[in-house]
Amino acid sequence: MNAVIEASGLGKRYGRRWALADCTLAVPAGRVTGLVGPNGAGKSTLLQLAAGLLEPDSGGIRVLDEPPARTPAQLGRVGFLAQDAPVYAGLSVAGHLRMGALLNHGWDAEFAERRISRLGLHLRQRAGSLSGGQRAQLALTLAVAKRPGLLLLDEPVASLDPVARREFLRDLMEIVAEHGTSVVLSSHLITDIERVCDYLIVLTAGRVRLAGETEELLATHHRLSGPRRDLRTLPASWEVIEESHAGKQSTLLVRTDDPVLDPAWTVRPVSLEDMVLAYMSQPGDAARAGRAGLEIAS
Amino acid sequence: MIRFAWTRFRTQAAVGAGVLAIAGAVLLVTGIQLDHAYYAAVAVCKQQGNCAHMFTYTFPSQGYLDADNELNALTLAVPGLIGMFWGAPLAAREFETGTCRLVWTQGVTRVRWLAAKLAIAGAAAIAAGELFTLMVNWWSSPIHKAEPGYTPFTSGSFHTGVAPVGYAAFAFALGVTAGLLIRHTLPAMAVTLAIFTAVIIAFPIWVRPHLIQPARATSTLSLASIANMPGVGAFNGHLSLAPGSPAAPPGAWVISSSQLTTPDGRASSSEPAGPCGAPPSPATARACNDYIESLHFRQTVTYEPASRYWAFQWTETAIYLALSFLLTGLCFRRIRPGRSAEPGIRRPRAIRPGPALERSP
Repeated sequence: MNAVIEASGLGKRYGRRWALADCTLAVPAGRVTGLVGPNGAGKSTLLQLAAGLLEPDSGGIRVLDEPPARTPAQLGRVGFLAQDAPVYAGLSVAGHLRMGALLNHGWDAEFAERRISRLGLHLRQRAGSLSGGQRAQLALTLAVAKRPGLLLLDEPVASLDPVARREFLRDLMEIVAEHGTSVVLSSHLITDIERVCDYLIVLTAGRVRLAGETEELLATHHRLSGPRRDLRTLPASWEVIEESHAGKQSTLLVRTDDPVLDPAWTVRPVSLEDMVLAYMSQPGDAARAGRAGLEIAS
Repeated sequence: MIRFAWTRFRTQAAVGAGVLAIAGAVLLVTGIQLDHAYYAAVAVCKQQGNCAHMFTYTFPSQGYLDADNELNALTLAVPGLIGMFWGAPLAAREFETGTCRLVWTQGVTRVRWLAAKLAIAGAAAIAAGELFTLMVNWWSSPIHKAEPGYTPFTSGSFHTGVAPVGYAAFAFALGVTAGLLIRHTLPAMAVTLAIFTAVIIAFPIWVRPHLIQPARATSTLSLASIANMPGVGAFNGHLSLAPGSPAAPPGAWVISSSQLTTPDGRASSSEPAGPCGAPPSPATARACNDYIESLHFRQTVTYEPASRYWAFQWTETAIYLALSFLLTGLCFRRIRPGRSAEPGIRRPRAIRPGPALERSP
């Protein structure tokens, strides 16, 4: 597997709190990877480490086979859209495009201008007077027109209304289809991820809880219901992610590569949202973190 | 990057240039008036033959001296303002608005980014600081021409030569460093102002007198200098003398001058008043002067000769420039990616209250 981001034992601390701890993962190339987790889970920290805006306090990270942000060439190959899409308020839309052209070697001016005019943005309008959606689109244009191999998007749609959100994601998918760019996209909304991502990383409390291809994850997670029984009697290859008991009935969310053959269980497929929520609602324990780490390495 | 740095600096540059232009216009108009006042006074004093004293009656009455003093203070304030308004926001504003996350992820390293910003705004800061000094120098040149024995050294004004280049560079570098460390524009401006003011006040007191070993001269009081002494009299039966102009060469910067002492080391105030204690009359004045001369009073002064003015200017400029380079180096260390320096960005304060996890809208 060709990885665009490789992190090993990566950690970042703010004061005494670890925003990201012992993070080992490999983000595959050519995919749209969703980075999902509650606020404060470390998504933004991970993306800023990948963009070279933060320096790790432990471990290391390589992006496109280089340490981040050390050379103009490496910076030119990574597009980054920061949270809340910062732009220079006093600079016009055209000014931002000029900035992109001046600061990036591979700048695709034609693409940028075409996209801006298709979005209906006025070149002379000051970026400070754009709406949140327009600003995000401008920032995305800047990030994409430098023709990056990897696009890092930090909560790109969080501040957008549902219509703008849908448009933004549709544009993003067009770009990915057109240029084959690898994308890592963080969000605390699972629907966004579900719509566009084919690879999923779940972060909670600064740790990677789950990582894998969306389809494969859905295929290996099952919602089981059946008579209540001692969990220790379950097959060793089953990992119980979530359990709930009502009277003599048990409902489990189980992860297993093997088919569930025991007729005592009723097997139902699980939705991505339910699966992710199950991972996020669990208290993080070391064993699970270890298990997740193994999963990532595969 | 240089071109982009210029587009970002353009507005600030325009404001600075506007302020300088207004100041220049005011100085030009009043400076021409001052020049006319000077030549009018010269014409009058030549008729009356008292040009040696024209300074004392020409300028003070017209308010020009007060204005000159205020302008001299302003030449020190201008570098401070440059540090506050051009230096401090340079990095702090990018942190405040979050645009550092935009510009630092373009295809230019942070080191190049800082180098370009420093080159553009730093050059402008130095140029503006020196330009204002030159304007003020031109403005006050008639006053200096009229002041007997004027050298920049005696007036103690160091903002007249190249030193303002150093002040401006230092204030600017200080502002940039404060902005980079504090990351908020207003506090960075306040810190810049406070530190710059402290340095600009402390330097002449604690550093400047020690830059070059002063010369030392001991002279015996002559009859002529006794006659020119501003205060001669008696106090409790002892001599009371105000030394007046010490025995340093003209134009020198006098650092210290000792008491008047006799050759065997007794202070002038321990000598009996003699004829100087008598009620004043032309005859007693002569007797008094002769009496003082007969005591052979000596005075020791330490001073920096006027010829050292430029040595002082260049040394002071070099010190301020060195401080600027030191601060600039600190900025680069701070911003360079790598383990030793944490350029990082503090997490933005929570802008919206965060629901742990939202279901789809």
